[in-house]
Amino acid sequence: MKARTPVRTRFALACCIVLVAASPDAWAQLHAAIEHEDEPRAEQPEPPPTDTAAGMPAMDHAAMHGQHGQPAPSKADTVQTDRAQTNPAQAHPVASDHVAPLPPQHDMGAMTAAQMVDVMGMDDDASFGLFTLDRFERVKTDDGYATAWNAEGWYGRDFDKLWFKSEGRRSQGTLEDADAQLLWSHAVAPYWDTQLGVRRDFGQGPGRTWAAFGAQGLAPYWFELGVTAYVGPQNRTALRMESSYDTLLTQRWIVQSRFELNAYGKSDPARGIAAGVSDAEFGLRLRYEIRREFAPYVGVEWHRRFGSRTSVFDTGDERAFDTQAVAGLRLWF
Amino acid sequence: MNLFPTGAPSAFSRRRFMQGLALGGVAAGLGWRGPAIAQSPPRRDVLDGTQFDLEIGAATVNFTGAPRSATVVNGQLPAPLLRWRQGDTVTLRVRNTLRERSSIHWHGIVLPADMDGVPGLSFMGIAPGESYTYRFAVNQAGTYWYHSHSRFQEQIGLYGPIVIEPRGGERHAAERDYVVLLSDWTDADPEHIYATLKRHGDYYNFAKPTALDFLRDASDTGIARALADRRMWNQMRMNPSDLADVSGHVYTYLMNGCAPAANWSGLFARGDKVRLRFVNGSSMSFFDVRIPGLKLRVIAHDGQDVEPVSVDEFRLGTAETCDVIVEPDADRAYAIFAQAMDRSGYACGTLTPRPGLKADVPPLDARVLLSMGDMMGSMEGASMSGMDHGSMSGMDHSAMKGMDHAAMMHAPAAVTHARAEFGPGVDMRVDTPRTNLDDPGVGLRDNGRRVLTYADLHSIAAPISADTQRTVELHLTGHMERYIWSFNGQKFSDAQPLHLRHGERVRIVLVNDTMMTHPIHLHGMWSELEAPDGSFQVRKHTVVVQPAQKISYRVSADALGRWAYHCHLLYHMEAGMFREVVVA
Repeated sequence: MKARTPVRTRFALACCIVLVAASPDAWAQLHAAIEHEDEPRAEQPEPPPTDTAAGMPAMDHAAMHGQHGQPAPSKADTVQTDRAQTNPAQAHPVASDHVAPLPPQHDMGAMTAAQMVDVMGMDDDASFGLFTLDRFERVKTDDGYATAWNAEGWYGRDFDKLWFKSEGRRSQGTLEDADAQLLWSHAVAPYWDTQLGVRRDFGQGPGRTWAAFGAQGLAPYWFELGVTAYVGPQNRTALRMESSYDTLLTQRWIVQSRFELNAYGKSDPARGIAAGVSDAEFGLRLRYEIRREFAPYVGVEWHRRFGSRTSVFDTGDERAFDTQAVAGLRLWF
Repeated sequence: MNLFPTGAPSAFSRRRFMQGLALGGVAAGLGWRGPAIAQSPPRRDVLDGTQFDLEIGAATVNFTGAPRSATVVNGQLPAPLLRWRQGDTVTLRVRNTLRERSSIHWHGIVLPADMDGVPGLSFMGIAPGESYTYRFAVNQAGTYWYHSHSRFQEQIGLYGPIVIEPRGGERHAAERDYVVLLSDWTDADPEHIYATLKRHGDYYNFAKPTALDFLRDASDTGIARALADRRMWNQMRMNPSDLADVSGHVYTYLMNGCAPAANWSGLFARGDKVRLRFVNGSSMSFFDVRIPGLKLRVIAHDGQDVEPVSVDEFRLGTAETCDVIVEPDADRAYAIFAQAMDRSGYACGTLTPRPGLKADVPPLDARVLLSMGDMMGSMEGASMSGMDHGSMSGMDHSAMKGMDHAAMMHAPAAVTHARAEFGPGVDMRVDTPRTNLDDPGVGLRDNGRRVLTYADLHSIAAPISADTQRTVELHLTGHMERYIWSFNGQKFSDAQPLHLRHGERVRIVLVNDTMMTHPIHLHGMWSELEAPDGSFQVRKHTVVVQPAQKISYRVSADALGRWAYHCHLLYHMEAGMFREVVVA
């Protein structure tokens, strides 16, 4: 293994010249190889060609560096496989001193999954819960002040959860408009869940109940996205689309942009709803996460109502387009 | 559910939180605050011989200024150092005084399955008030450790070192011999940390790319390039800063139970050879270890002697051990500096010729983001869930900043994925993983220092398995947003045990289909890592698999019984990255 004939050296040199001409990477390899050759081998005891159990002759690992994979960065050339500092008798592969363990004296019997979880203290299918008050805010409109909220929560396992969602708005002591949903959420794709459940509308006008079916998840580029379709009695249909995106200014100053759109299949004058796209909202909220769980914010929301409002509640001065300042609190636990 | 859970510090108390208390640990917690005691480090017993009595119990500790309850052995954190001799049969009577079930697992020790200490597989655990007697022959030598295998007890203090003296004496003489056990202490309740990760997997990451970073990059390199750098990551909903699920935000990193301010110290005389036995006894942390001014001569890894190799720095995965010899030749103090892989904190101590000296602690290295190679392996292509393959061909390769050649292997290895990997519990698959071992890993590439890699480690002993009879391929899988971790897309609770025939020699191939670095630990049998060409490299008990990497190791199934096989990141294990291996 050690003795290199002049013929081999010349052949190697010839190869190297060709390679070096071909690529600069090869030059690095050649350089590495030459450096290894230059190591003061003579001072080291010649390792006898012991066959290891693997049937491989004792190999010169130092010479192998830079061969596998990537051309080694130049620092790798300083590898010091400093055998010379160790007892030469121990420097090359020795037989394995491994001793197989005795068989167990006591075999563990079979256990149910529940027993297993209890004994191991390991439950990879446990239920967790989260409640998020995404927006809880005071709203300043051209007409005065209102309080609005958007809350959601879930409880359940990795792939099946019970979801709760609610949003609404109160002004001048009355509940203007609010809804609550209860949904079974089931994971169908890495970032997407389907949701099936019910929605109940509260507030001014008669209450409405809907069956809900939708999808919710995280779209590419980190957009939270949810689309839900609703079907109610008297052939009522509705659609809600929500999307939000967090922009990190710093690790704690975060701008949330959100967009929401509601559409209805037929008008509901008793609730002041016209058929078609009923309303759209776009909001920007700058929050500071004092803790991740607790963040006050200020923001602005643009609120656009579509269609003619023929409701009995229509006082005539409600604007179709409203810019609102908001200040509130985001929290979760 | 608590609105203001304990543990996470506010910004103003952050420094003390990171640095910890000068007088921390169990002693402080017990109120021994006399000036004489204040000078002495927390008590650390060395138990020697063949008969051991260990008592698992609760103790109050104080590392950050807030008293907390820890799970300890014989009142100590870390647990006492156990010194055994190769060839002895040891008897360890372990009594549990906790109010909950407990256990001790002897990490890396080859022993009968019923002595391995994994509740549910080896035995029933140790019930409150009860004892269990472990007895086994010690046929190996080196540096190991022991820890609880019950729930989160390891996180809150139940870990300690083991040193086994070789039958014929140490291969390398040294005048001084110190164990340096690294760990991650948290004031928070680990149950709360786990629940938080299940709610928001990125909760503890305070190094995410921001809009300000983007503006800076755009002005430095142009807006097109800054956009290109981010495009793939954002399209795939992957975070390049996700290096540690739990960070210095809630961790105070300890060296032998001492926070940085407490400054654990080891004495030397000029010219001494000092053996340092590093043990990563943390729950979730990788440490990058160096001693500025000294070369580290690595002589053993995971207790197994290796051909010595001198380096400036090494990364120690969770549960790995590494023995080095250093020769401090100046009359000054040297800092032992172990920074967390995500650079969110560090453990440190001092090697000093005289008591009381403290070396300058180097600054934390800059945070480094994962490279494209970490996500895609060989860069020949990768499939991410929901990703548009067509869009990749149009990717501007030249525009990828931070692309790291060390992270890429030229010969891609094609792989096939298990069916479950295409389900909702897996967020990423790597089709062309890299196979090279000569990559020190993210944050250590081209840092100007000579950093140890697995390619540098060569066992002195011959492999146990000369060859293999069959190959078992497992993929490390997960979902960061849902915080699910698994093998082949199946959590422990969904998976059947992996069956090995007694006496067979198996090649296990691991493909990391995630962007995290996983330390994979097989109980009962050695993992004999192979080089990319299939030749034997090094014998390990815990094998670190880097993102998008494919590695293989030989396993001689000579240990009858039921064994645990899992990721040694505690919260990954609890979340399902665990398999039972049955040898029958």
